[in-house]
Amino acid sequence: MNELDTLVAQARTDFENAADASQLDVAKSRYLGKGGAITQQMKTLGQLGPDERRAAGARINAAKDQIETALEARREAIRDAALAVQLSAEALDVTLPGRGMGKGGLHPVSRTLERIEALFRSIGFEVADGPEIETDFLNFTALNTPENHPARSMHDTFYLEGADDVLLRTHTSPVQVRTMREHVALYGEREHMPEIRVIIPGRVYRVDSDATHSPMFHQVEGLWVGEDISFADLKGVIADFLRKFFETDDLQVRFRPSFFPFTEPSAEIDVAFMHGEMKGRWLEIAGCGMVHPNVLRHGGIDPERYTGFAFGMGPDRLTMLRYGINDLRLFFEGDLRFLGQFR
Amino acid sequence: MQFSEQWLRHFVDPKIDSEALGQLMTMAGLEVEEMNAVGGVFTSVVVGKILSTEKHPDADRLKVCQVDAGLDAPLQIVCGAPNAEAGMKVPCALVGATLPGFEIKKAKLRGVASHGMLCSARELGISDEHGGLYALPDSAPVGADIRQHLGLDDTVYVIKLTPNRADCLSLAGVAREVAALTDLPLTMPASAPVEPTIDDRRVIALDAPESCPRFCGRILQGVNARANTPEWMVRRLERCGIRAISALVDITNYVMLELGQPLHAYDNDRLDGTIHARMAQPGEKLLLLNEQVIDLAAGTLVIADDARVLGMAGIMGGEESGISLDTRNVFLEAAYFTPDAVAGRAREYGFGSDASHRFERGVDFALSPVAIERATALILEICGGQVGPVVQAESLAHLPARPPVILRPARARKVLGIDLSDDAMASLLARVHLDVAREGDNFCVTPPSYRFDIEIEVDLVEELARLHGYDNIPAPAPQGHLAMLERPESRRDLWQVKRVVAGRDYQEVVTYSFIEEAWERDFCGNAQPIRLANPIASQMNVMRSSLIPGLLGVLLTNRKRQNPRVRVFETGRCFRIDAVGAPVAGYDQPVRLGLLAAAGTAPEQWGITNRNADFYDLKGDLEALFAPQVLGFEAAEHPALHPGRSAKVMADGKLIGYIGEIHPKWVQKYELGTAPVVCEVDVNAVLATNLPVYTAISRQPAVVRDMALVVANSVASMSLMAALKQVAPAIVRDIQLFDVYQGKGVDPDKKSLAFRVLMQDTQRTLEDAEVDAAVSALVQCAEAQFNATLRR
Repeated sequence: MNELDTLVAQARTDFENAADASQLDVAKSRYLGKGGAITQQMKTLGQLGPDERRAAGARINAAKDQIETALEARREAIRDAALAVQLSAEALDVTLPGRGMGKGGLHPVSRTLERIEALFRSIGFEVADGPEIETDFLNFTALNTPENHPARSMHDTFYLEGADDVLLRTHTSPVQVRTMREHVALYGEREHMPEIRVIIPGRVYRVDSDATHSPMFHQVEGLWVGEDISFADLKGVIADFLRKFFETDDLQVRFRPSFFPFTEPSAEIDVAFMHGEMKGRWLEIAGCGMVHPNVLRHGGIDPERYTGFAFGMGPDRLTMLRYGINDLRLFFEGDLRFLGQFR
Repeated sequence: MQFSEQWLRHFVDPKIDSEALGQLMTMAGLEVEEMNAVGGVFTSVVVGKILSTEKHPDADRLKVCQVDAGLDAPLQIVCGAPNAEAGMKVPCALVGATLPGFEIKKAKLRGVASHGMLCSARELGISDEHGGLYALPDSAPVGADIRQHLGLDDTVYVIKLTPNRADCLSLAGVAREVAALTDLPLTMPASAPVEPTIDDRRVIALDAPESCPRFCGRILQGVNARANTPEWMVRRLERCGIRAISALVDITNYVMLELGQPLHAYDNDRLDGTIHARMAQPGEKLLLLNEQVIDLAAGTLVIADDARVLGMAGIMGGEESGISLDTRNVFLEAAYFTPDAVAGRAREYGFGSDASHRFERGVDFALSPVAIERATALILEICGGQVGPVVQAESLAHLPARPPVILRPARARKVLGIDLSDDAMASLLARVHLDVAREGDNFCVTPPSYRFDIEIEVDLVEELARLHGYDNIPAPAPQGHLAMLERPESRRDLWQVKRVVAGRDYQEVVTYSFIEEAWERDFCGNAQPIRLANPIASQMNVMRSSLIPGLLGVLLTNRKRQNPRVRVFETGRCFRIDAVGAPVAGYDQPVRLGLLAAAGTAPEQWGITNRNADFYDLKGDLEALFAPQVLGFEAAEHPALHPGRSAKVMADGKLIGYIGEIHPKWVQKYELGTAPVVCEVDVNAVLATNLPVYTAISRQPAVVRDMALVVANSVASMSLMAALKQVAPAIVRDIQLFDVYQGKGVDPDKKSLAFRVLMQDTQRTLEDAEVDAAVSALVQCAEAQFNATLRR
């Protein structure tokens, strides 16, 4: 082995032995620095003749290249090792919970109302709204329920102290008449009035309180008035809605004759699930019917020319059925352990 | 309305089982709410007669009975019932009988053989009575099957009648309906006129014919009011939910249930002169059968004689003229009172009766003469006596008219969306005894006297739908005119807003719109709240004028349940008396959004030093919710809030709500824990949003300068910021408040506000001189208007 080979081998060993970047720098200067072995070798070239010089120069350069390569390799190895140490020191317990703010949620009945709105919007129903302190006239009289009508006792009404002509609305139906009047004000002059297609979600009030009745609850009113709207259309819309709402065809829907002063013919809508806990039980979920001619008249609409249907459903009940909730009162208690389940 | 299936089947007997009959009625609009079997499921129980009883040799409480059960020899049965005694007739379960839950076998009881069991009412599922054996009347035939003897193979239907179907408030009415639905004949009870045997009568005066257009009365003399009501009648009454009282009362009740005509029986010896149906006069009082004394209001229809008021017509009779067990002579009333004369009265006086329930919905005015004959026949049969003639007073002009109603078959088809032929319609209507006559393309339909619900064409359309069957109406996918709905981009959807709020860790709640008066006073400073006339509870007696009390209620509920960290929101209407309120005059009913945050800003977790949510946390949430809309805040007081930590919230210069920390006095009084922060804003303001408008982005380098201004604590940072923006030269693109410092180096009554000023031109690089000039303009403004000093 010649001197240069020995030098290269020695350099490799030195580099290997360098533990970190600074030791490596010291070792490097021993070979490649100003006073380093390779530099010393280069200095000896001047004493040689031209041919020999060229040959020896080439050998020295080759040795230098080898040393530089070894140096670079070692440098990278040291960097890699340091990085490995750093990475390992920085390792996290990735299973610790993420940090940050929590997340709230919507009320379960809101989830239902949002779905109902979306489903009805998809067939062109607008959403309307109305006051909760309502006139006795719109809550009853305009809905074909004059004073002393026995149907008034179907609704145990909250009245306000010192005011005879107003009450807390017992249903969302008064908004039917409000909607019709607004519609007629906008379009009444046209030869063909556009259809009214609207749903009206909101709070309603009745003097009643137990596990299935709350003095305040929700209702969603629906109204479709046009030149050619029939009871069959009503059945079609409701059946479609219920299947889409519950996301199942595994559902029986029954229209049962009933009575509401503001619709005729009138029906109660019952559903029965074909599977599950409630299997086979008819559950009342809405009332509906063809808008009574007197109500259309109160809304400013000619009942000979236009017909329509209306329905009023209980979103609280629908929510209970959908999520298996058994006590209506939970909705209004505000217990976060209950509400938090519907995020 | 509740009744026995067996009784119904006396009128009409369709060949379908109880379940199917119930279904039939439900689907015709007579909703069956309950169906209850009268007796339990059992077999081989017969009428037995106890021949003798002896004490059991080894058990004090047991008796050894010899029982004739109609078999060849008496049975020996050991029995523990205290009332078992010789001569008594009782239900006797034979060996081999099955009773609810067990079977009867030969047995030895304490060494004595027993061949059967004597039964209580509960053991047969008849009632809950189990204090002793079920005593049967002496007339019960020994050996007869008890099920047949007691008519236990019966079902009680409870139906929920809608107010329009008063005609079904009787067995005859329901039967009429069932006969129509099944197209079967109807058998009505006999009601032939009873020939008078005496000539006693009372004059009847219709002083208020518009309210009482028909009144039938008759005297019966020498009746035995103590006669026993027959077993079959007691049973039918009981299965209709009416307790048997005495023969005369039972008969009037029976006829009401059977035919639908409420009757009243007076003690004729307590009456004086003419019977009047008249309006009450001022100051008149009446002692009712229920022992309540009432002051009669003018406008109340009463029955009176020449001396005094006897009863409230169609609602309740008076105590003083009523029948008792000593009554010998009876005056019987069967009248027609109009719905208007009765409706609402019961509620006005706070009570009702089976009679008022019927009259206010409409009793068949043709029924009074029929029912009085039926009742007379039953009284004679059961109580004996002599009968006077029926005196019938009537004012034909005031009886309800049943004008014919025109039905256009084409209209019916259009409204129902079905294809039903004219003939089919005529035949359906005829089934319910409507008189149908053809008139050109249309039908002219005359309803019978008992149908108060058929006045206009759509009443007939409903009748057709019902008789045709709702199930037989198709449910096609509806067709409508397609038109896209409006979706204004400058108005957000409420659901979108709710999701943003929920995304910032608030849970939606729904609280009652009526709250406790004290809350309204404390949290809203409202001494004149909108009070409910008939609240369901005293702590729910006023309408809320703010969402804040309800949200605090939720906080309290959750604190009580060991959950102090509460972050909730609600949207809903609030209510205030307001002279210019609309749409209901006199009331303002805005929809508001309320937020409440109590305790930690973040859920308990590792690695975060949690702190309680404060004013600025909530303010940040509110600002994020409104972004890009920029809100204004001005210190302001609010009854619920800490006066130094509360503000008005402004949007577009308009007051839209309040935000702040709950006042320490309420925190203490209501034990709210760490002071919660709340805000409440108008929902319309949240929903409003602006369409984005594009402005060019500068490509020139920006210059940033910071300046810290020391001002008095009382200076509102927003005012300072507004002033700075006002005077800022055009090159100032933005000013941000990035630090607030109080402490070392700043006087205690002062604060240092650090602003970062971003300057940039769209066309060119800024020069140092103009940057310096801009900053000094800002500083000078702060010095001049706010007495600020630049902090070095």
